[in-house]
Amino acid sequence: MQINKFDIAKIRAEFPILKRQVHNKPLIYFDNGATVQKPQIVIDRINKYYTEENANIHRGVHHLSQEATSAYETARKTIQDYLGAQHEHEIIFTKGTTDGINLVAYSFGELLNAGDEIIISAMEHHSNIVPWQMLCERKNCTLRIIPMDTNGELDLAVYEQLLSEKTKLVAVTHISNALGTINDVEHIIEKAHQFGAKVLIDGAQAIQHIPVDVQTLDCDFYAFSGHKIFGPTGVGVLYGKSEILNKMPPYQGGGDMIKEVTLHKTTYNELPHKFEAGTPNIVGGIALGTAFEFLQTLDMEGLEKHEHDLLAYATDALKNMEGITIYGQAKNKTSVISFLVDGTHPYDVGTLLDKMGIAVRTGHHCTQPIMDFFGIPGTIRASFACYNNKEEIDIFVKALHRIIPLLKH
Amino acid sequence: MTIADKEQAIIDEFAIYDDWMDKYEYIIELGKELPLIAANYKTDDRLIKGCQSRVWLHAENNHGKMQFTADSDAIITKGIIALLIRVLNEESPAQVAKAELGFIKEIGLQEHLSPTRSNGLVSMVKQMKMEALKNVK
Repeated sequence: MQINKFDIAKIRAEFPILKRQVHNKPLIYFDNGATVQKPQIVIDRINKYYTEENANIHRGVHHLSQEATSAYETARKTIQDYLGAQHEHEIIFTKGTTDGINLVAYSFGELLNAGDEIIISAMEHHSNIVPWQMLCERKNCTLRIIPMDTNGELDLAVYEQLLSEKTKLVAVTHISNALGTINDVEHIIEKAHQFGAKVLIDGAQAIQHIPVDVQTLDCDFYAFSGHKIFGPTGVGVLYGKSEILNKMPPYQGGGDMIKEVTLHKTTYNELPHKFEAGTPNIVGGIALGTAFEFLQTLDMEGLEKHEHDLLAYATDALKNMEGITIYGQAKNKTSVISFLVDGTHPYDVGTLLDKMGIAVRTGHHCTQPIMDFFGIPGTIRASFACYNNKEEIDIFVKALHRIIPLLKH
Repeated sequence: MTIADKEQAIIDEFAIYDDWMDKYEYIIELGKELPLIAANYKTDDRLIKGCQSRVWLHAENNHGKMQFTADSDAIITKGIIALLIRVLNEESPAQVAKAELGFIKEIGLQEHLSPTRSNGLVSMVKQMKMEALKNVK
């Protein structure tokens, strides 16, 4: 089902939710930074699993268990291929990005010593800040921050000064959820490696927008969530280089992660199972595999161009409106527009847009340090996915023209 | 006028709006008209932090009648505050403490009082009742 040329009508038809109405208006879904909608093929896969295949995986001798295990492990292979990982066992299923980052913060963190340093950036999501703060408290390590400028771009000259022999890990986002900035992670990774530091990339906002090849990037860890890439919630992936994962102690104990258990001592299972204690989100993993298959049917170059056109179109329209400030004007940016309207509060704008069937996100987007940097309480964020179109942006802009005069003090 | 009478009056006022836009325009007007909270009361200890919007609440017991003043940085939140104050001001602490405020649902604004909305309003209603309870003899 290769959709060769990027055909927006065909793509929209894959997403049943886009046909629904909200407050008697056709849904316009611009909250893709929070989660993306699911194509029929993923919904059908979830349904099929519970209708025909449900069984617990690994070590089951009966037919259903073997089928489920095979579907789950095939999904792992699909994801490995997509990410260009060297080994299948480098794909660890998690609950999502947050879970993956916490796994590394705990387990890789166990290898750190007092005085070691971790570098993050000023534009991280709370989930790529708090686990490192917790680790620093636990292990007496120091957190260093790469600063950001007013365009929402990282100051990589300062980054290079922060790096030293003490740096053990650099954890940065591939794409900012609040500003849309695409960071030069290749450069960040290369520089970190010169000091022997490992690098974790938070890929939550990247994987659905741009091609990712973990071996080309040469990152040590790459974490993302399934629900942001057309898959279900509650499942995600942590990629890690096997040589590092092998050195790391298990994160959680339980079934599946063991080789042998006595009442006094346990030996641990091989990768990836060492990090997958307990019955996993089986259907989630399988359906995430399907989501990647769906992604492979899309013309990725066409998708990138389409989303870039949407961003340019919406940015031009908003720049032409009086009293609108856009936050995040990086040269290299994905389809996210964070903005404020003079004299209005994001909550009010979001509430009235919702009444017109338009879903945006308002608030601090789990990035309070970014909001503090700009001295604002929050923004209105419109984030576009491959199924959005210019007609929807026209309606959105018209809606803003209608509600802003009402809200101005 | 009892609390029930005041609630009914608001329900009647809102009944003329069949278009949501008109209804919100009215709420926004109410928000703009809400008397300002005294500047010396707009302090951090009177701030109720929602994730989305912030609310300041000051309460006084004036000879057995509750007096509320409040403010918010979001105008729709402020409009709903104006309605809540209209219903609860000048009522005895006991009446405020047991008010059910069903009119919010009747006029179709219950979504703003949902705990998941995190606009500070749910906490504000709780705070109004707590302040009243402190004064129940």
